[in-house]
Amino acid sequence: MSEVVSGPATLVVAASTGQRELPSWRLLLRRPAFLLGVAILLFWIVCALLGNAIAPHNPLAQQLLLTNKPPSGAHWFGTDQIGRDVLSRVIVGARTILIVAALATILGTVLGTALGLAMGYLGGLLDVLTSRLVEAVLALPAVIVIFLFIVAIGSSATTQVIVIGFIFTPLIARTVRSAVLVESQLDYLSSARLLGERSGRVMFAEILPNVAPTILVEFTVRLGYAIFTVATLAFLGFGVNAATPNWGADIYANYGVIGAGYWWETLFPALAIASLIVAIGLVADSIEQVLAG
Amino acid sequence: MATFLLRRIGLAILTLIILSLLIFFAGQVLPGDPGRAILGHLAAPKAVAALDHQLGVDRPLAVQYWSWITGLVHGNMGISYQYRSPVEPFLQAALVNSAKLGALALIVIIPLGILGGVIAALNVGRPLDRVISIAGLSAATVPEFVSGIVVIVIFGVELKVLPVTASAGTGASFLTQLRYLILPVIPLVFVLFGYIARMARAGTIEALESDYARTATLKGLRRSVVVRRHVLRNSLLPTITVIATQTGYLIGGLVIVETLFNYPGIGRLIYSAATSKDFPMLEAGVLTIGVVYMVATIIADVLTIMLNPRLRTGVIK
Repeated sequence: MSEVVSGPATLVVAASTGQRELPSWRLLLRRPAFLLGVAILLFWIVCALLGNAIAPHNPLAQQLLLTNKPPSGAHWFGTDQIGRDVLSRVIVGARTILIVAALATILGTVLGTALGLAMGYLGGLLDVLTSRLVEAVLALPAVIVIFLFIVAIGSSATTQVIVIGFIFTPLIARTVRSAVLVESQLDYLSSARLLGERSGRVMFAEILPNVAPTILVEFTVRLGYAIFTVATLAFLGFGVNAATPNWGADIYANYGVIGAGYWWETLFPALAIASLIVAIGLVADSIEQVLAG
Repeated sequence: MATFLLRRIGLAILTLIILSLLIFFAGQVLPGDPGRAILGHLAAPKAVAALDHQLGVDRPLAVQYWSWITGLVHGNMGISYQYRSPVEPFLQAALVNSAKLGALALIVIIPLGILGGVIAALNVGRPLDRVISIAGLSAATVPEFVSGIVVIVIFGVELKVLPVTASAGTGASFLTQLRYLILPVIPLVFVLFGYIARMARAGTIEALESDYARTATLKGLRRSVVVRRHVLRNSLLPTITVIATQTGYLIGGLVIVETLFNYPGIGRLIYSAATSKDFPMLEAGVLTIGVVYMVATIIADVLTIMLNPRLRTGVIK
């Protein structure tokens, strides 16, 4: 980002960003990619909310005479190795992944925003140390760091939310920090300081509303990564809870029999993960493009 | 250049130290008692204490970290809990295998990603551009095991044209090995295509809008000549940096792809170390990935400087 000069030019920049807020929702609704993403996302949210109520079968019921049956009229997505209905498991499986990923992203965004505001506004040693930490975390794919911690402390919904949230924190903080640095150049902040406002108030009441769009984009992008991570951990055998249907865990449990030709047991959960992640990607990309103007 | 390089290596070492602390914390502080973890809940406390003493995990944390880190510097990466022998030979063999898979992925992805990005840039704003960008973005965010499953189902199970595992067995010819690696490479290509294409697209658009590209067009050069001689040479610089940084993520993808295709590389090594709670092996593997990533980024920086005369001769910040 180029440095923003003070004076009238700043007012123009501030005013024009302010005016863009209102119609940006309408601009979003005009984008087919955004609408498609929202439609798919809503579909999975409905599945997560209603779950068992809309599933054609009990996702946990084992029919040992109907194992490994290919897709048919009674079982659209076929049955798995112990005769459970794959379609029902895919529908009900939306709940765990959405809840864990959303909570982890919210945790990471709240902590990351607070840390980023402090890094960008207060600067100093905190900024230097945290920047190094971010570099270190970035030196590895987030999935591996998260994997390492989950292996070390064990896997449950709570540990996944906490570990993913904590690993996302420095990454989100970095984005918020650079947005704050741009804001710090603007006049309204010097005015706030001259008025004697406390740092906490300046950060949360003055800067935060102005960096909110950046945080929104970062939140959506991270939500996609959180789903990626939760699904991958489950695929690696570190699922949340064995009793509830789980897309990644179902793939982990059934991919051994792909070679025998039972592809539906893994393909449908895989497509569910792919569609959810692509949907979030479409939404994130659209918001980013609209905000960029 | 020399000062820049020294500074860059210094920063990388600092980052690696922080990374090693992070890994040490996750691998040796969080899991609690390794002796208990190995022997199980029913083992006698005396046996657990004896094993802890043998493994050296009953010493103060600072001492443990120091002996671990000095060992690393001397090339002694620890004793595997699982195999009761040094981890280096395992790590070395796995690295060679992963390098084969990774290199093949890069050989496929670099031209493909650049081509995709350049085509998108030459059609900027048109449907083709949007299709390439959105397809790249989607492919980049889908987990490797998901796209892996899809290609296994299509090519391995339905069409039966390619093997569904990655290991061709020992002594297999180069071509056979290559054939076994085709399916595992596809998910890696999917993940990296988006990033590389995105950078190539951005670089090409910037170069197309530059003054020298306009001058070249105005003096009557054909578009293909302008693109080849003037635009591409300038636009691919940022792409090189991205390719190097993506090498780190490529290794992350290897953990999943190698597990899915049962390929004996560093990813599967880390995975099997994790599932059998073999923390020395796990820590050494993860740290190795960190080192590979650091080296890749430094090479990228050096390449960028060497390819860009302005940075080569000018003052580098």
